[in-house]
Amino acid sequence: MSPSASRSFLRRRRRGQWMLALSAMLLLLAMLASFAVGPLRLPPLEVLQAVGVKLGLVDPAAVSSRDLAVVWQLRIPRALLGAMVGAALAMAGASLQGLFGNPLADPGIVGVSQGAALGAVAAIVLGAASIGGWMIPLAAFAGGALAISLTYLLARPGRATGNATLLLVGIAMAALCSALIGFLTYIATESQLQSLVFWQLGSLASADWRDVLAVAPLFLLGAVACLHLAVPLDMLALGERQAQHLGLDVPRTRRQLVAFSALLVGAAVAFAGSIGFVGLVVPHVARMLVGPGHRWMLPLSGLLGAVLVVVADTAARTLDPPSEIPLGLFSASLGAPFFLWLVLQQRRKGHS
Amino acid sequence: MTVALELQDVAVSRGARNILQDVTLAFEAGTVTALVGPNGAGKSTLLAVACGDLPADAGQVLLHGRPLAGFAARALAQERAVMPQEHGIRFAFSVEEVVAMGRLPHRVDALRDHALVEAALDATELQALRLRDVQQLSGGEAARTTFARVLAQQTPLLMLDEPTAALDLRHQERTLRSVRALADAGACVVVVLHDLNLAAGHADRIVLLEQGRVAADGTPAAVLTEPTLRRVYQQDVVVMQHPRRPVPLVVVTD
Repeated sequence: MSPSASRSFLRRRRRGQWMLALSAMLLLLAMLASFAVGPLRLPPLEVLQAVGVKLGLVDPAAVSSRDLAVVWQLRIPRALLGAMVGAALAMAGASLQGLFGNPLADPGIVGVSQGAALGAVAAIVLGAASIGGWMIPLAAFAGGALAISLTYLLARPGRATGNATLLLVGIAMAALCSALIGFLTYIATESQLQSLVFWQLGSLASADWRDVLAVAPLFLLGAVACLHLAVPLDMLALGERQAQHLGLDVPRTRRQLVAFSALLVGAAVAFAGSIGFVGLVVPHVARMLVGPGHRWMLPLSGLLGAVLVVVADTAARTLDPPSEIPLGLFSASLGAPFFLWLVLQQRRKGHS
Repeated sequence: MTVALELQDVAVSRGARNILQDVTLAFEAGTVTALVGPNGAGKSTLLAVACGDLPADAGQVLLHGRPLAGFAARALAQERAVMPQEHGIRFAFSVEEVVAMGRLPHRVDALRDHALVEAALDATELQALRLRDVQQLSGGEAARTTFARVLAQQTPLLMLDEPTAALDLRHQERTLRSVRALADAGACVVVVLHDLNLAAGHADRIVLLEQGRVAADGTPAAVLTEPTLRRVYQQDVVVMQHPRRPVPLVVVTD
């Protein structure tokens, strides 16, 4: 065995492990900070005590019931939901980029988020939501899956299609979904309208434990499934034809990628509305840190996506108290310039 | 000799145009067969049908006597490796990572996989570029990376679509010598070539295609004759004896 090769392999693995450990710590810190920060500022010790009370480790008398309620009923579920939404969007973004073979693919850009939002809005307006709360994420998943499949059919990665086709089809898909959402808003009743406004902005403000428990299984299923597709995603980087030559069942992998990224995006959109650009920015940063191999890049994207949304949401609710800056506004103002930079960079490299 | 791959009465058409017609060919283990012919003669289509990318409209393709359609993708990848003409890779993988992907169809065996990747990097003289981002490679370096990946795949059947098109003189020769060595070790190689002299120098057999049909099939000396080449390529040529090797040499004249 030549030493240089094993060394470069080991170096990559060590770097991946380090980055994962580091970003997991970062996530933990961001979440603890978000428990403490807000209109009501709590010392870190009190936050830990509040968690301890709920776990039965600390005497309930140590923490005031108001502080306990703020931390346990508002901030903890909100941070957990934010972390799952961020991780889901980032991992879906990474998977979609692999599927389309294009680093510009993002749930918001290829129209998946809008498809999921359309599904959720349709469920509310057409009354399906009254069957049960789970109808909304289900409809969001269906809408998202339909939108990705359509975009994929029209902007299939191949010889002749560059970025332009994917972006144009994505724009058309998003516009179509927006038009349908507009129509549904038009026919919605007054009370339905109030819950619809939520999807336009993207926010974690209404997060509670019920949301967390509803998202968790969907998120875990989608995330574990995507992680299992790391090697197929590496193979797809060679192009669909060569991936098939290396023994990948490409049509099956494609269906899995569409389904699981729609599941992740659907879960995120159903509970937090449209938060754009997380799926674009985060995989790009992860790739710069550990390289394009999905084995490290996918889990790192998940962790960094969680950090990003938790930090952004904490900022959104603390910068201008007592009102809240919508989270979607935050992520768009951060992501849009980055997207432009990426497009220009790509053009310089010659992928028009 | 055992037949590795067989095409029986294969036909492919697009609209009213017949791209391949009545193609019946058998490829034996231990041989190098060069597919040659003018642009648009159907060489790449023939290769695409033979490797299972493109279903034939008529006829069938047999791998070890079994229809190609009956193979699962993974089982097929353990039997045959394909080098396509495009080498575009979507993300910034390193050369060695791409070459190592050639081992993915097989059961993981770290030591053996590692040795095969090293051997492939040596054969293609890519050791110095092993950590380079594949998106930064020149056309020829990218082609060598793909060829190294195909070598690492270690299959009894190899199908190469113009592996030497972007290569310099030295690497053209090296690539075809590797191909020759694989065949001598028992592999069946089918290679599309434009350069008739490379085909003459390294192939046991040349199949000359003309408008989707087999125009000539035999040893290089039997296929590369002045009348045949003039008719098929519509270009005046002189066929001589190679000054150093016992093979024909094709030279273009006015």
